[in-house]
Amino acid sequence: MKNATTLIYDGSFNGFLTAIYVAFEEKLNLADIQKNSQGQNGLFSETETIFTHVEKAKRVWNGIRNKSYNAISNVYFAFLSETEGIEYMLYTYIKKLMAQKEKQVDFSDDTVLYIAQLARKVGREKHRMEAFVRFQLTKDNIYFANIEPDFDVLPLISKHFRNRYADQQWLIYDVKRRYGIYYDGEGVEIVSLNLEEIHYNRICKSKVFTEGEHDYQGLWNNYFKSTHIKSRINRKLHTQHIPKRYWKYLSEKKEAV
Amino acid sequence: MVNFERIKEKLNILADAAKYDVSCASSGSTRTNTNKGLGNSTRMGICHSYTEDGRCVSLLKILLTNHCIYDCAYCVSRRSNDIQRAGFKIQEVVDLTINFYRRNYIEGLFLSSGIFRSPDHTMERLVRVAKKLREEERFNGYIHLKSIPGCSDELMYQAGLYADRLSVNIEIPTISGLKLLAPEKDHKDFVKPMQKVKNEIVRYKSERKIIRNTPKYAPAGQSTQMIVGASGETDKDIMYSATYYYKTYSMRRVYYSGYVPVLEDHRLPSLTAKVPMLRENRLYQTDWLLRFYGFAVNEILNEAHPNLDVDIDPKLSWALRNLHCFPVNINTAEKRMLARVPGLGMQSVGKILSARRFRKLNWDHLKKIGVALNRAKYFMVCGSSQWERRDLEAEKIKGLILQSSTGKFRNQYSQQLSLFTQ
Repeated sequence: MKNATTLIYDGSFNGFLTAIYVAFEEKLNLADIQKNSQGQNGLFSETETIFTHVEKAKRVWNGIRNKSYNAISNVYFAFLSETEGIEYMLYTYIKKLMAQKEKQVDFSDDTVLYIAQLARKVGREKHRMEAFVRFQLTKDNIYFANIEPDFDVLPLISKHFRNRYADQQWLIYDVKRRYGIYYDGEGVEIVSLNLEEIHYNRICKSKVFTEGEHDYQGLWNNYFKSTHIKSRINRKLHTQHIPKRYWKYLSEKKEAV
Repeated sequence: MVNFERIKEKLNILADAAKYDVSCASSGSTRTNTNKGLGNSTRMGICHSYTEDGRCVSLLKILLTNHCIYDCAYCVSRRSNDIQRAGFKIQEVVDLTINFYRRNYIEGLFLSSGIFRSPDHTMERLVRVAKKLREEERFNGYIHLKSIPGCSDELMYQAGLYADRLSVNIEIPTISGLKLLAPEKDHKDFVKPMQKVKNEIVRYKSERKIIRNTPKYAPAGQSTQMIVGASGETDKDIMYSATYYYKTYSMRRVYYSGYVPVLEDHRLPSLTAKVPMLRENRLYQTDWLLRFYGFAVNEILNEAHPNLDVDIDPKLSWALRNLHCFPVNINTAEKRMLARVPGLGMQSVGKILSARRFRKLNWDHLKKIGVALNRAKYFMVCGSSQWERRDLEAEKIKGLILQSSTGKFRNQYSQQLSLFTQ
């Protein structure tokens, strides 16, 4: 029997798909797939470094997609969850998917169910970010927002914001992962910034933003307060819908933080 | 320069008066952003924030004005109520909407109004706001307009061209209740705009088949709202008239709003009365059963059962009355029957249908899929050799389920005496 192999890839999604390609192509007895930043060698396995190859990645992508649209989005979403050990989990998932003949999804299988649930979690975070981004207008006429999502959802939300705010410049910056997406009126590009300060929605004015910005935040805050119906207050439900970790970036909750 | 102080004042008054409208849906419409305009609306709406009572905030929900010529007993803005009155200019509403939208605070605008001068006069103003947003600001976000009872068909037609959704609130589910609480309004005036909108939607759909670029007419359909617990109606009255509106006017949604006492009036519950939130919850559950689970309204509510149980949900209540339909075999039953098992939602039903092609499902699978087994186990058999073999009576099952669960409203109907109150 061949020795078990650990594949090391660069951490990108294309890199991961290339690793999958190699694993299938060479019929490896796979021990694990790891990011190069992880660097944990198994005691009894050999390691092989994978170089990202877009063509190979594309073949894997198309192969899964031809099998099922749902599966390819599950794979991508689950990958972005950054869960530890997700690569190997996905490898098992893809193996099962390729082996199966039925069109249906086997929710009675632990891996399949787990990946579906994980993808759903990421989907929920994506949806939350589409809702909880609060732009502030800078003096350079850019609508700017900081976010700190649980999962790496920037690649997933870029299309939504590009379609919606097609006539304004905007920048959404992920504080946790230190990169952002910037739309200049034409296309979206990935940027990394040297942020001096993180722009929470503060009560005091910031010099970076326009004069009117603070006033509109004030109006929004006021509006938000007048929508409460006192006799129906239900704080538990409220925090269930908007968990506290998001509050510091929401202008309507800035007084509550 | 915008006078923010003045706007703030008006916003407070007019948002406060609009908050009793529960509809805040921003879903069900598709409007793509063409030629680099502003905004779009997608089939799936987005809730941008939530109020402290847990309702979603997805639209800027305001009245154009709270001046009103009518004197409906249940309404805060009624003529005889001594409150601050204000009114927005059209441009002010447009500016607010656009600036909120650009900051990703909202999905769009929900514009309602008190009726000043005449229904037509009011409706015409509402339409002008929507028109300005669409044509001058090239705004493709969501617009929900209130149809003013008694306004002309021509204006309703116009409104549908710019708005995504139109709604008239029927407010009082029975005609007799309406006579009592809003004597100046006529039931026919509510129904007329609904009929018009329905006809126009039908016309749009058939014309679109021939000419693809027929201008959209109210793509998110129409909705209505009923106040619950203001005029002594039964749950049966409410759900039967809801069903009527769903069928007759192809409503997308009927909303139920527990009456919040705002005014002292001998015709209404007193100011200290509690908002019937639990009842509202049960009505929504019933509404879902009718729309998504394939129940007919007379199965759940009928002469023998004119009101819903408060302590258990309507599906469980139906199942307990119809024990002869159970147990259901999860591995062979058809979809229609699976949907009727208490503790099984449509999500789980879908997963079960898909998973059972691979193997016989047992309790373990069902639990992982997310079925509420504490309720479901009395009504089904599965691949496991163990299941509820005792021939339990309905009351007994109900007791066992209530024992093994906790509910957020439990204290409101618990029959256990509490030691320390009163």
